[in-house]
Amino acid sequence: MAILVSPETKILIQGITGDFGARHARLSLDYGTKVVAGVTPGKGGQFFEYAGHKVPVFNSVADAKRSTGATVSAIFVPPPFAADAILECADAGMDLAVAITEGIPIRDMVRVKRVMQGHATRLVGPNCPGIVTPGAGDKSQGGCRIGIAPGYIHKMGHVGVVSRSGTLTYEAVYQLTVRNIGQSTCVGIGGDPVNGTSHLDVIRMFDDDPDTHGIIMIGEIGGNAEVEAARWIAAHCRKPVAGFIAGATAPAGRRMGHAGAIVGGAEDTAAAKIAIFKECGIEVAVTPSDMADALVRAAEANGIKLS
Amino acid sequence: MNIHEYQAKALFEKFGVPVPKGAPATTAEEFINALAVLPEGPTMVKSQIHAGGRGKGTFTDGFKGGVKFCKSKAEAREMAAKMLGNTLVTKQTGPAGRKVQTIYFTVANQIKKEYYLAILLDRMSSRPVIVASTEGGVEIEKVAHETPDKIFKVFVDPAYGLADFQVRELVFRLGFNPAEGKNAAKLIRNLYRLFWETDASMVEINPLVTTPADEVLALDAKVSFDDNSLYRHPDILALRDLNEEDPKEIEASKHSLNYIALDGNIACLVNGAGLAMSTMDIIKYFGGNPANFLDVGGGATREQVVAAFKIILGDPKVKGILVNIFGGIMDCDVIANGIVEAVREVGLRLPLVVRLEGNNGVAGKATLAKSGLTIVSGDSMADAAQKIVKLVAA
Repeated sequence: MAILVSPETKILIQGITGDFGARHARLSLDYGTKVVAGVTPGKGGQFFEYAGHKVPVFNSVADAKRSTGATVSAIFVPPPFAADAILECADAGMDLAVAITEGIPIRDMVRVKRVMQGHATRLVGPNCPGIVTPGAGDKSQGGCRIGIAPGYIHKMGHVGVVSRSGTLTYEAVYQLTVRNIGQSTCVGIGGDPVNGTSHLDVIRMFDDDPDTHGIIMIGEIGGNAEVEAARWIAAHCRKPVAGFIAGATAPAGRRMGHAGAIVGGAEDTAAAKIAIFKECGIEVAVTPSDMADALVRAAEANGIKLS
Repeated sequence: MNIHEYQAKALFEKFGVPVPKGAPATTAEEFINALAVLPEGPTMVKSQIHAGGRGKGTFTDGFKGGVKFCKSKAEAREMAAKMLGNTLVTKQTGPAGRKVQTIYFTVANQIKKEYYLAILLDRMSSRPVIVASTEGGVEIEKVAHETPDKIFKVFVDPAYGLADFQVRELVFRLGFNPAEGKNAAKLIRNLYRLFWETDASMVEINPLVTTPADEVLALDAKVSFDDNSLYRHPDILALRDLNEEDPKEIEASKHSLNYIALDGNIACLVNGAGLAMSTMDIIKYFGGNPANFLDVGGGATREQVVAAFKIILGDPKVKGILVNIFGGIMDCDVIANGIVEAVREVGLRLPLVVRLEGNNGVAGKATLAKSGLTIVSGDSMADAAQKIVKLVAA
């Protein structure tokens, strides 16, 4: 068990014929992920061929879904077309759309998010590294890798990781894996101010997943999504949680790389978020090198041995 | 992206948001033509820089006030001459201040009452929110803190847009008389249209004022735009003023690097925004002070690494460098070669600590070790940060 995706999940890739999409389609195929279709309007009928794999390319998400049974889409299309690509997933009734694309206009996302309220499709991202549910093979091969995360650093196990930042997620996963602690699912929710799935959404899924025994939540300055999640954790979460907030030294009013990482008020600073984490019983990692150890401390305090 | 007040007001006029009559000037000669547009009488002189607190700011030569009320056009010309080319320091500019390169003259209207009006994105609801207050001309953060009941918010459903009943609600809450209310309603509708159609991330009017003739005017105008959407607004992109940006940040953006200068002396070069932010944090945690935020992105090339080193070393405050790369997909050995090449090319003499982890990390570390350069290797982020802090302190 895991959340959102399992090794059996069939995925399609929107933008599979572009450089970016193609590169990560290959890496996902190498990892053993079931990439069953690609979508590039105008290239329907072609095949994406790689290392003995022959992935059919379709003109639309609906066609790809109908022909292959794909339930999840990874979106790699350029920013001007990304909002449309997400809406196409919703219209086709995909279970999940994972938008990797960085730099989508915020107004497009405001509209997309509103439209998706009437659909069953869940959106993760945009501007995110994607989702990995590690597999049972060597270096977690055979898992489901959607997006751009390095698959090989993972290990199958019982820790859930949710984060706004890509490389900081890899840092946490790597720390866990070298301590021989595996992961159930790692979810990058993205660094934009308007995104589909929040920290809280993912935390609730981890809380409900019997295979997840502990959670690492990684946040940043800006917005109050981490605070919302922390308050829920204090009231409801049954599992040990460790947290880290990046951006303690970021000056107010400057956008720190991610469109969402900007301090606007007194409550979205790192210090404010860390204080609320502590108040909510979340074990705070004092440095980014301390993320895995912080979770181990939180688990031990609850008498849980992580593996 | 931010724009100047005079540019924002031109945009306001285009969208039917009334502003006091005004004209900008960039040279002393232009003062005459600009002032000729305005009627004789009370005139405002406003320094144009991308920072707030101009009125309470002080110029580096001791002259006080970047915004001045003048009784006549002659006096306005005199004041403008003192501001143009002078450097204005406000609480938002930092101690270095900003050089004033444009002066904006406007009619000084008679004011009945001051209000506050802004439109921005509410992250919680993922909707535009209109924020209004009867307390204008003061810091809105202070109003929000001390008298939150005097701040009104309206959340706009992006599927429908701003509804008439919402405009009415704002007008009633702000307590306008019927004639003012009619003007205010039109202004709010037009301001929302501007916000939405130009992909603004924020528009702020502080103060919004009423005049004895029941006009409603935007006395000030702050507009910023979503950088991601500038590709579809060439007219707005043309308003970008490179004088207002750090030259090192401009150079970085040419190489698709994300760089922000800070006050410390330990430079960092990192892949990924979150990791870059937390590298700054960990330097601070171990007693150092970061000189910059620098994200080379997920797929950094050799050329980018070289460019990044040059930008970092362009800051004379820098006394040491920390490179922190978690090479998930990218080959650490490629990065290591880029670092070696960059160090040779720029002739680096400062302490350099490199933490290289991930894909082909062992080969990358070997490349650094056999380069013959004095590069200190860090095993973890904590280890690397402690090493650079120690080296810089030594």
